[in-house]
Amino acid sequence: MDKVNVTIDGIVAAVPSDYTVLEAARSLNIDIPTLCFLKGINEVGACRMCVVEVERARTLQAACVLPVSEGMVVRTNTPKVREARKTILELILARHNRECTTCSKNLNCELQKLCDEMNIKEVPYQPYEMKVEIDDLSPCVVRDTSKCILCGRCVNVCKKVQGVGAIDFSKRGINTMVTPAFGQSLNDVACIGCGQCIKVCPVGALSEKDDTEEVWQALSNPDLHVIVQTAPAVRVGLGEEFGMEKGAPVTGKMVSALKRLGFDKVFDTDFAADLTIIEEGNELIDRLNNGGKLPLITSCSPGWVKYCEHFFPDFLDNLSTCKSPHEMFGAIAKSYYAKKEGIDPSKIFVVSVMPCTAKKFECKRPELSGTGYADVDVVITTRELARMIKQARINFAKLEDSKFDKILGESTGAGVIFGVTGGVMEAALRTVAEVVTGKELQNVEYTAVRGLEGIREAQVKIGDLDVKVAVANGTGNAKALLDRIRKGEANYHFIEIMGCPGGCINGGGQPFIMDKNEIYMSEVDRADSLYNIDRSMPLRKSHLNPEVKTLYDEYLGKPNSEKAHKLLHTHYTKRSRF
Amino acid sequence: MSEPNVNNGCRCGCDAGSKMDVQNSKLKEADEIIYKHKTQKGPLLSILNEFQDSFGYLPRAALEETSKVLDMPLAEIYGVATFYSRFTLKPRGEHTISVCLGTACYVKGAKDIFDELLKELKLDGSGETTDDGKFTLEATRCLGCCGLSPVMMIDGEVYGRLTPEKVPEILKKY
Repeated sequence: MDKVNVTIDGIVAAVPSDYTVLEAARSLNIDIPTLCFLKGINEVGACRMCVVEVERARTLQAACVLPVSEGMVVRTNTPKVREARKTILELILARHNRECTTCSKNLNCELQKLCDEMNIKEVPYQPYEMKVEIDDLSPCVVRDTSKCILCGRCVNVCKKVQGVGAIDFSKRGINTMVTPAFGQSLNDVACIGCGQCIKVCPVGALSEKDDTEEVWQALSNPDLHVIVQTAPAVRVGLGEEFGMEKGAPVTGKMVSALKRLGFDKVFDTDFAADLTIIEEGNELIDRLNNGGKLPLITSCSPGWVKYCEHFFPDFLDNLSTCKSPHEMFGAIAKSYYAKKEGIDPSKIFVVSVMPCTAKKFECKRPELSGTGYADVDVVITTRELARMIKQARINFAKLEDSKFDKILGESTGAGVIFGVTGGVMEAALRTVAEVVTGKELQNVEYTAVRGLEGIREAQVKIGDLDVKVAVANGTGNAKALLDRIRKGEANYHFIEIMGCPGGCINGGGQPFIMDKNEIYMSEVDRADSLYNIDRSMPLRKSHLNPEVKTLYDEYLGKPNSEKAHKLLHTHYTKRSRF
Repeated sequence: MSEPNVNNGCRCGCDAGSKMDVQNSKLKEADEIIYKHKTQKGPLLSILNEFQDSFGYLPRAALEETSKVLDMPLAEIYGVATFYSRFTLKPRGEHTISVCLGTACYVKGAKDIFDELLKELKLDGSGETTDDGKFTLEATRCLGCCGLSPVMMIDGEVYGRLTPEKVPEILKKY
């Protein structure tokens, strides 16, 4: 890359010629504040927080969209710049519903942080009266337009990254709002509930539907047997809520915290992930051998499943009929576990702790009630669990480690990597390879399907068969992949799709990353952490999970048996794209 | 590999279109407009312009069809449709109310008259039509009778020296 010479705050440096002033400054350790900017997703210069003085330019310039040029002289900290930034913040505050202490983003708000850093002490303008209209009809995402600062991040993450476009700017001038088409509720449009909009919202205009109160009530109800399960990605995210480093594995402390909160049993969704692999692996073998519908596409991610129902209904027969792991868990808890422990299934209350907001919609699907009761009663996110732990005044960092309870708590390394893009594929290949060849697999790490790129392809030799696989993460990438298949430009036997970029580790319910420059790095850290846990496990193939084996021996019979189908499999519904 | 199942309502492979095409002859006309402009660069504004001219407003079914054919989110199209004051999402009302917001009327309190009308008719802004299709409210510039300011006009009839209190009484006549 060619370089150009720039001078920023007196520092002379050669920087790549395709840099913006913002990138050049940050590469020189000069920070310019930003608010609407989101690398690669929202680079629009809308909020003007990043204004700088550029020699020979008539006005202040937005550093996030201004390309560097030879001989450019930039000043980032002059009275004029400071004054402009202050005025911009004051104007934003005059049109913002400032109820910070009761806001969902309190202490995680980028606007709040900037106001602190820019020394804003008062708002000199008469506040514009914001009409408070809260859209809380969606089980996943709550919108409060009175807090929206119109930065456009949510619009672009939904449209460009997720390929959904459920929300956009409407009207103009002072009346501008971010809304679904025709001002409808998110619940009535093709929102997939992934929650990526919540993750990027700099303020509290978007938040998850808080279901913690329902969990507290269940915990204090003496008639209920309340059990909890935790998804793989939760254990490498939760610690961040308590000041630990990104991706820190906190499995043992998390189990201790859940026991202290009063759950009767603390189980692991990883157990059900292993179970999913047995069912789905055998489904793949069956479809390969018996001319079934191919490619088989994974169905663990409820954001992806809903996306498929809205936008690719012609692929619904390609979806695995397997329920997602936590739903399988719920069905097993209210049948096998209930029978074994002698508990009335109507008294079992299943809570799922998930990195995901889309699972809140999933657990309310009427078809997911294999026992006659809802498989899962409530889903809370990693962030909601953190709030419960804080509310209960548990000193998380100082907790001792505990182990998951039996008989739904044992797992393998294959189960834990479900939390990262490529993990379900790798877990399935480990099992399918051994089932098909009948030989023990020596090298269990399929590194070809690992990584955080949006779409990855590989060819894997299983017995005599060359199995063509693909992995996509983020529904926008899924769209690109499926469009190619529709056009006949690509073909596979098996595809893994996760709705969120990076997979569940970056789910819509995971802890916020305040510094949005670090989003990608935190994905890497959380992914590494899951692969480390996998490597440290004595068992790394799902079919070796002893509790899963017992479950089949004592209750389900064979994989894909009639009983397994009744409890562990589901069907899908074509939905409108509007 | 599965082929998208093609049916008569919609070209994207879903069946959402089939619900609309039965009763909606407008959809056929909308389709002709969409396909006429589809290949040009940035076709949306041309399509919406022609919808507005042909139908007198932007029918929702036509916007949904546009979304499918252009593979563009409906929310984005709705954003464009609500950005430009030229576009309306409802057919024009039976009566058109034009409120002058020109300088003379404005200093005599035309804004209060306009706000009162918004309240009475339960509307959000200029160019909108009431749910019952009775009134369309518009803000206009000078109507040429500043001596009567503040002024509004309903279907060509001028009402002058208005106060907010007079507004409900006048509306009752229609």
